[in-house]
Amino acid sequence: MVVAQDHAIPEGRSSSPFWTIARRDSLAGVLFIAPQLIGISIFVLIPLGLVFWYSLHEWNVLANTFTYTGAQNYRMLIEDTNLLEVLGATAIFSSGLVVFNLSLALLLAVLLNQKLAGITIFRTLFFSPVVVSLVAWTIVWGFLLQKNGGINGLLQVFGIEGPNWLREETTAMISVIVVQVFKNVGLNMILFLAALQGVPNELYEAARIDGAPRFKQFRRITLPLISPTILLTSIITIVGSLQVFAQIAVLTQGGPGLSTTVLVYYLYQQAFQFHFFGYGSTLSILLFVIVAVLTFAQWQMRKRIVFYES
Amino acid sequence: MKAELSPRMKTSLYGLMCVLLIPFVFPTWWMVTSSVKPISDIFAFPPQLVPQNYDWTTYSKVFELQPFVQQYWNSAYIAAVVTIGTMIVSSMAGYAFARIRFPFANTIFMIVLLGLLIPSEVTIVPLFQMFLKAGMVNTHWPLILVPIFGAPSVFATFVMRQFFVTLPTELEEAARVDGLGRFKIFRKIALPLAKPALASVAIFTFLHSWNLFLEPIVFLSSAEKFTLPQALTQYTDAYGGPMWNIQLAAATLTALPVLIVFIIAQKQFVEGLAHTGLKG
Repeated sequence: MVVAQDHAIPEGRSSSPFWTIARRDSLAGVLFIAPQLIGISIFVLIPLGLVFWYSLHEWNVLANTFTYTGAQNYRMLIEDTNLLEVLGATAIFSSGLVVFNLSLALLLAVLLNQKLAGITIFRTLFFSPVVVSLVAWTIVWGFLLQKNGGINGLLQVFGIEGPNWLREETTAMISVIVVQVFKNVGLNMILFLAALQGVPNELYEAARIDGAPRFKQFRRITLPLISPTILLTSIITIVGSLQVFAQIAVLTQGGPGLSTTVLVYYLYQQAFQFHFFGYGSTLSILLFVIVAVLTFAQWQMRKRIVFYES
Repeated sequence: MKAELSPRMKTSLYGLMCVLLIPFVFPTWWMVTSSVKPISDIFAFPPQLVPQNYDWTTYSKVFELQPFVQQYWNSAYIAAVVTIGTMIVSSMAGYAFARIRFPFANTIFMIVLLGLLIPSEVTIVPLFQMFLKAGMVNTHWPLILVPIFGAPSVFATFVMRQFFVTLPTELEEAARVDGLGRFKIFRKIALPLAKPALASVAIFTFLHSWNLFLEPIVFLSSAEKFTLPQALTQYTDAYGGPMWNIQLAAATLTALPVLIVFIIAQKQFVEGLAHTGLKG
C-alpha cells in the first residue's frame, strides 16, 4: 500500500500514530468508492462474467438441464440466418437514427442560437418530449400511425392516401426511427446549443470582415469548434440506439417480418419468450462487443476528426 | 452573437420553427384531446383537432381496469429511491475520484468506467437468474438495485467527478487545516457547492427510472407490482388490441405531471443537462 507523504505531520517524531492524516484520508477514499465498486461488481461485472459462461452452455429451462457445449452457441450465431436480418435492421436503425438525430439537433440548435424574442419558449417546446414518459409518447405515435389514424387522416384531407405505416417494412423502420428521434433530439439540441454559445464571437467578426459567407463561416468556424460535442453526442446516441427496446415492443413487435427486430429485441425474444437462455447470452456478448467496438472506434476518431479540444 | 437579423429573416425563422414544432408538440395535444373522445370519434374523419363530443368515463375506466393508483405509486417511489440512491453513491464516488488519494485510484476508476460499456440489456439474462435465486423476481428490488449501481450510476459518478475536479480546492484545504475530517468536508463544503451537478444527475436518473421498460417486463408478473410504462400497454381488449382512448387517458395521467414540473422549472432542467454534457 503506497500512502502519500503528508506534510502536515512533522517528521522525526518517533511515536507518530499509525493513523496519520494521509492514511485516514486514504481509508476515507476507499470507503467513499466502496458502494459504487461493490455495486458494480455485483450488478455489472459478475453478470458480464456469467453471461459469457452461460453463452458456452446449452440451457434447457423446461428440462432443467445446463450442459457445457463450448463454442456451439457461437457456431449457431454464425449460422443463424435470422441474425443477419436482425443485424441489418440494427444497422439501419442505428445509422438512420444517428444521422437524422444529429442533423436535426444541429439545425434546431442553430435556430435557437439566433437573437429572437421568445426563443426560450421554442427551446422549452422542442425539449418537452424528453420529459414525456417514453411509453406514453410511443403509444400516442402508435395511435397516430394507425392505418386510419391521425397522420393518414391529415394526409387524406389533402387527398393523399397514406400507407399502413407500422405494417409495411420500409415505413415501419422509418416510423420507429422518427418516433425515437423526436422523443430525444432535445437532449442533443441542448448540448449543441451550449457548444455553439461557447464559440468566441470574435471569430465570426473576423470572418465577416474577410467577407466569408454565412455557410462558409458555419463550415470553417462553427463545425470544427463544436466537433468535440459532435463526437460526444454521436457516441451517446449510437450507444443509446443499440438499447432501444420499448419503442419496438410497443410499435411493431419487431415486425413486419424481422424488419424492425433490432438486436436487443431479438435477444429479449430468444431469452425471455423462447427461453433460450444460452443463445440469448451469446447474443448479449455480441451486443457487448458491438457497443465496445463502436465506443472505442469513436474514441479513436477523436484524434483525427476533432479539431479542437478544451 | 451575430449581426441583427432583418425583419424578413426573422419572420421566416419564426415560420420555420413553428413548422418544425409540429411533431414535437402535436402528439401531446393529440394524446390529451383523444383521451376524452368517445371511442366512436377516435378515428373520425376528418380528424378532430378539438373534441366534438366528450367522454370522461375513459378516466374512471383507467382506474377500474387496473390497480392504476398502486402502479403510479410503484413508479413514483422506485424513481425516487433510485434517484436519491444514485445521488448518494455517485457523489461519494465522484468526490473520491476527484479529490482523495487512495491506492489504485486510477485502476478502480477505469474499472468503474467499464460499466458505461455494459448497459443492463447485455446482462439482463444473468441478472434475471441472480434475482431469481435471491427470490427477488416479481419484486421491485431489481428495478431499484440495478440502476443505483449499474451503468446509469456510473455515468452519474463520471459527471460528479468532472464537476468536483473543476471546483477550487482552497475552501476544502482551509477546512482541513481547521481539523475537519474527509466526510465532514464532503458533507459541509463540497456537496453544497455541487448542487448544479447533483440536480442534473437527479433529472436524468429520475427520467431513466421513470422510463424503464425492459426490466419491468422481465422481472414483474403481477399487475399490482407493475410500473407505469408496463401498465400503459395492458389496456387491451379481449383480442389484444389496444383500447385507444383508455390507453391515451392513462398515458396522459402518466405524462402530464412530469411535463408540468418541467415547464415550471424548464430553465434548471435545460441548463442542468447542458452543463452535464459540457463537462461529460
